[in-house]
Amino acid sequence: MTTFILNNKIIKTPEHSGITLLDFVRYQQRLTGTKIGCREGDCGACTVLVGTLTNDTMKYQSITSCISPLGNSHGKHIVTVEGTNLKNKLTIAQEAMKANYATQCGFCTPGFVVALTGFALSNSENNYSNAIDAISGNICRCTGYKAIEKAAHQVVKKLESQEKNSFKWLIENEFIPEYFKNIPQRLKDIDVKDLNQPKGKYVSGGTDLYVQQADHLADNDVYLIAEKHYLKGITIENKTCTIGTNATVSDLWNHTELNSILPNLRQHLKLVSSEHIRNMASIGGNLVNASPIGDMTIFFLALNSNITITNEDQKERTILLKNFYQDYKKFDLKTGELIKNIHFKLPNKCSFFNFEKVCKRTHLDIASVNSAIHISIEKETILEAHISIGGVSAIPKYLHKTSDFLIGKPLTLETILEANKMLQKEITPISDVRGKSDYKRLLARQLFFAHFMELFPNNFTLNDFVKHA
Amino acid sequence: MHKNKTNKVLDSKLDSVSIALKRSIKNLDSYTHVRGESLYVDDINIRQGTFHAVVFDSPKAHGKIKRIDYSKAEALEGVERIFTYKDIPGENEIGGIIPDEPLFAEDEVHFWGMPIALIVAESEFIARKARQLIAIEIEELPVITTAKEAKAKGNFINAPRSFSLGDTEKAFQDCKYVFEGETFSNGQEHLYIEAQGAYAEPLENGNIKITSSTQGPTSVQKTIAHVLGIAMHKIEVDVTRLGGGFGGKEDQATPWAVMAALATYHLNQSVKLILNRHDDLRMTGKRHPYESTYKIGLSKDLKILAYQTEFLQNSGAAADLSPAIAERTLFHATNSYYVPNVTTKVISCKTNLPPNTAFRGFGGPQGMFVIESAIAKAAHEIGVSTRQIQEVNLLDENDTFSYGQIAKKVEAKNTWNSAKNIFNSEALEQDVKDFNKNNKAFKKGLAFMPITFGISFTNTPMNHARALVHIYLDGSIGISTAAVEMGQGVNTKMMQIAADVFSVSIEKIKIESTNTTRVANTSPSAASSTADLNGKATLMACNSLLERLKTVASQDLNVSESSICLKDECVYVNDKKSELLWTALISSAMLKRVALSENAHYATPEIHFDKTKEKGHPFAYHVYGTAITTTTIDCIRGTYEFDYVKIVHDYGKSMSEGIDLGQVEGALIQGIGWMTMEEIAYNKDGKLLSNALSTYKIPDIFSVPKIVEVIPVETEGNDMAILKSKAVGEPPLMYGIGAYFALQNAIKAFNSKYELEFHAPMTPEKVLMSLYKK
Repeated sequence: MTTFILNNKIIKTPEHSGITLLDFVRYQQRLTGTKIGCREGDCGACTVLVGTLTNDTMKYQSITSCISPLGNSHGKHIVTVEGTNLKNKLTIAQEAMKANYATQCGFCTPGFVVALTGFALSNSENNYSNAIDAISGNICRCTGYKAIEKAAHQVVKKLESQEKNSFKWLIENEFIPEYFKNIPQRLKDIDVKDLNQPKGKYVSGGTDLYVQQADHLADNDVYLIAEKHYLKGITIENKTCTIGTNATVSDLWNHTELNSILPNLRQHLKLVSSEHIRNMASIGGNLVNASPIGDMTIFFLALNSNITITNEDQKERTILLKNFYQDYKKFDLKTGELIKNIHFKLPNKCSFFNFEKVCKRTHLDIASVNSAIHISIEKETILEAHISIGGVSAIPKYLHKTSDFLIGKPLTLETILEANKMLQKEITPISDVRGKSDYKRLLARQLFFAHFMELFPNNFTLNDFVKHA
Repeated sequence: MHKNKTNKVLDSKLDSVSIALKRSIKNLDSYTHVRGESLYVDDINIRQGTFHAVVFDSPKAHGKIKRIDYSKAEALEGVERIFTYKDIPGENEIGGIIPDEPLFAEDEVHFWGMPIALIVAESEFIARKARQLIAIEIEELPVITTAKEAKAKGNFINAPRSFSLGDTEKAFQDCKYVFEGETFSNGQEHLYIEAQGAYAEPLENGNIKITSSTQGPTSVQKTIAHVLGIAMHKIEVDVTRLGGGFGGKEDQATPWAVMAALATYHLNQSVKLILNRHDDLRMTGKRHPYESTYKIGLSKDLKILAYQTEFLQNSGAAADLSPAIAERTLFHATNSYYVPNVTTKVISCKTNLPPNTAFRGFGGPQGMFVIESAIAKAAHEIGVSTRQIQEVNLLDENDTFSYGQIAKKVEAKNTWNSAKNIFNSEALEQDVKDFNKNNKAFKKGLAFMPITFGISFTNTPMNHARALVHIYLDGSIGISTAAVEMGQGVNTKMMQIAADVFSVSIEKIKIESTNTTRVANTSPSAASSTADLNGKATLMACNSLLERLKTVASQDLNVSESSICLKDECVYVNDKKSELLWTALISSAMLKRVALSENAHYATPEIHFDKTKEKGHPFAYHVYGTAITTTTIDCIRGTYEFDYVKIVHDYGKSMSEGIDLGQVEGALIQGIGWMTMEEIAYNKDGKLLSNALSTYKIPDIFSVPKIVEVIPVETEGNDMAILKSKAVGEPPLMYGIGAYFALQNAIKAFNSKYELEFHAPMTPEKVLMSLYKK
């Protein structure tokens, strides 16, 4: 029985845990405010909030319900737009959307309202940029967003005097309805037991699986692992960072220590899908998806990460991520095996990390080419280099030769130009909907140069590269 | 000093815009929108026993169907029945303008995604599963995906159309400069967030009620009757609202409604058919791609003396609305410019793509892109700025359009000059120059984009509408029109009209769903004309009722009719409040047996067009405006942002500044999307590659211009527009064309060897390739 609170109502359902949360709320609970736009997490019309109780406090995150298995709601508080409604008036988020003409046809609107309400409920700092991030997964075809920006400003302004994440304040100030205040106690009371799960396909966040095979998963057994604690968490010990396979991209985003070690982390992660998806997408999922263009895979390849794999008998083995991928969507994982965690040595004072990604649309898009670099320099000499690149090969590519070539070389224009020649030999881009092969080659070069311009702005300018390339 | 003065002008203009926005009436549907309580097709309560349907479509773009085996699909538990063309009791024909489009393929398929059968089952899930079990064998035939190929093979939808003015051939001989070239503008997916869908319910006597997400209820009704071989009165079409249309539901909402009706006809059960996104993308047509050639001739003082162009329209596999769209391309081929000698020709080419269809702008944007390209090319070659050529050729009062209409109340120069003054364009241009001088890795580009867009259906007989207004005996009011609410705020505008005439509060008024039994024989909600046509009809109906109510009041109060007016739900006599309230007045009218319902019919006066001569006066009026767009390109990565779009727009006298601004901003961003990131891709076999939201990208909140400023130009308005508030749906889309040329100018600033290419959209791929082209 999947057990959770849906808005103000306790749900105990024997329904197959592999159907989407969207289908459940819309067609079984008749909460039709949650709309179907794309069923692949790319439009946000089906945005709902997931509230998790930890240490007596609720933490709310937005997700796209179209690619979330019903079973992942187990033990949670799910909030649809109906669950944000006050009796005879509008909430602050709703009023902001109305007052600023931020709704036209109205079809995407509930998604925006839910996401903005989620922002008010979240722990993220109250500022405009974070408010926009909160609706970064919501597409509107009518308004052109300028009115929605105004609505977001209005919400941020109303939140200015907020006591952080206080239900009391949010209820009094008409951000959320009254019933929220009893949710923590009610969640405790419903006595959630672990789902009794059959053997089936492992599903964590589901953000890729449900795009590819939602019908299949709704019709076959799934084994949900998102709530498995031994697969969760981010720890930093002995200069090594270990990330559980279930850690989401948002977990990285929110990790204070990791952000201080990788100061541009959020800037990089902002290029990875949208906040709704980041809230669900697991690191392990991205690795086993094995997309040649997987953002997090490219990211961790350059950190020269190891992965620890566990099997059904809890036997573990550890391999380098760069040796994990064998061919297109083929990788070193046997039946019954699961990636347990990923770990990497932390960058230090003389090592530098950068991530680049270019796509048609800067945000919430799949890259044409993405690339990451981790490079150690001492006295203008390259001690160590790891470069990864996506979208130019059948696998997420670790550039073995280019990386090796750089070691021991002086950090000069000549070195980089020479290394690019190596890089161009290592990659084998094909023409597809993300770009022609000659574009991807050029872009690979540009992003390779970009790494050095970003990391060593005093040493290299575009002019240098243009003149010589 | 000059600069300060201009800044002040801009500030005060922006202030007045924001004051107007605060005062202006809010979209009255927004209350239920923000609460998730607005009802779209897929939200209405369905009847017990409702079946769900999925369309089985062609997996090849062109070929002969050799064999289809439905047996496994039919045997699947939960599958009720599969319908094909053989089950059609009437005609297997849904073409609106030309009868060339079957509902279901018979022996041949003409595009990838062409409907072949309808699978009806207990659930959509089962129907989808059944679809996987259908085996089809197709003998493939050659596939044509581009207009050029179609032209070479002589595949056309209809005869070409051509407009001409003056003597182009002779005029070219007098030109100092003559340039020729080619352009391409790609298609565009509508991407209404609500996909296509319909719900059919059986009524008694074989009557059927359809709830459809359509812009054209009458066309749905007519086509169902035609396909089922029954009378139109047996079909009731109801439209609650649309989750976006943009033209994509003008003609192409019809097949799904017809299929649902066909299944209901046979099964005598309700049937729901909602396309999933992939099916919608694959099966429906888009904005037409155009391949065009141009020849432009200018005098030494940059006057365009002659312009000649041939548009190849990629119409897809059937006519759909292509002929009408092609026609509008010709109407807007010279955009905001007066050109004395013009020859334009458009050829609708038949290809193996889904039939392309209406999309905001309706062929106009494609036409404008070509002349803007021609001007950019001329400027580049001559070595002047594009703006200089644009400026000296702007349309003036009493100039003649190539189709014979004389331009009246022209605001082309007014909006252009206002944009220059209010926004201080000289300073903006200088900023761009300075920036480019000081930056290597980033380059800016600026472009002006004037627009002139004709308002009316170019097919004159379509310019009519009706309104049915009831005043109920408690004084509340219900209004039915032909207008379909799809986000454009037409419901709010209709309410405003009635509230204004009767001087009652908005709460007293309800806008009913759009329903063919209340308002019949309607034109679709399209051509930016919905508020004008239906608003005028509503105004007429309300005024007739008002006259009757005044008679009642004059009798009750024993005063003359001319001394009476209604104000704030009260009768005023000679501007003094009487004791007679609105509700009492209505009760009195009831007792006196006065009709409290009125049906009014409006047909746009003055307009006409003779297709045999290709001359006439097709438009009630034109909408004008000018946009200035500036972009910044990241020359390392080929990505770009838009710093601002500053617009002076001709609203006439806007009846709702907030709603109208929303139309301008929304259309602008759609136009920018068309010109930048939205890239439709088919492979050579005619298979759609941009077949999901992961591969077809429309603007998100981060990709819109940082600043969008829209200042209304001060004009008298036009009596042909409802309350002088001009149509606003389509025209601002074409401001987006400026984005292309701004990008091109930024590329030029980086790469002096860049040869201008006019091949939209300007994706980051094209930008990067152009930056580094040697």
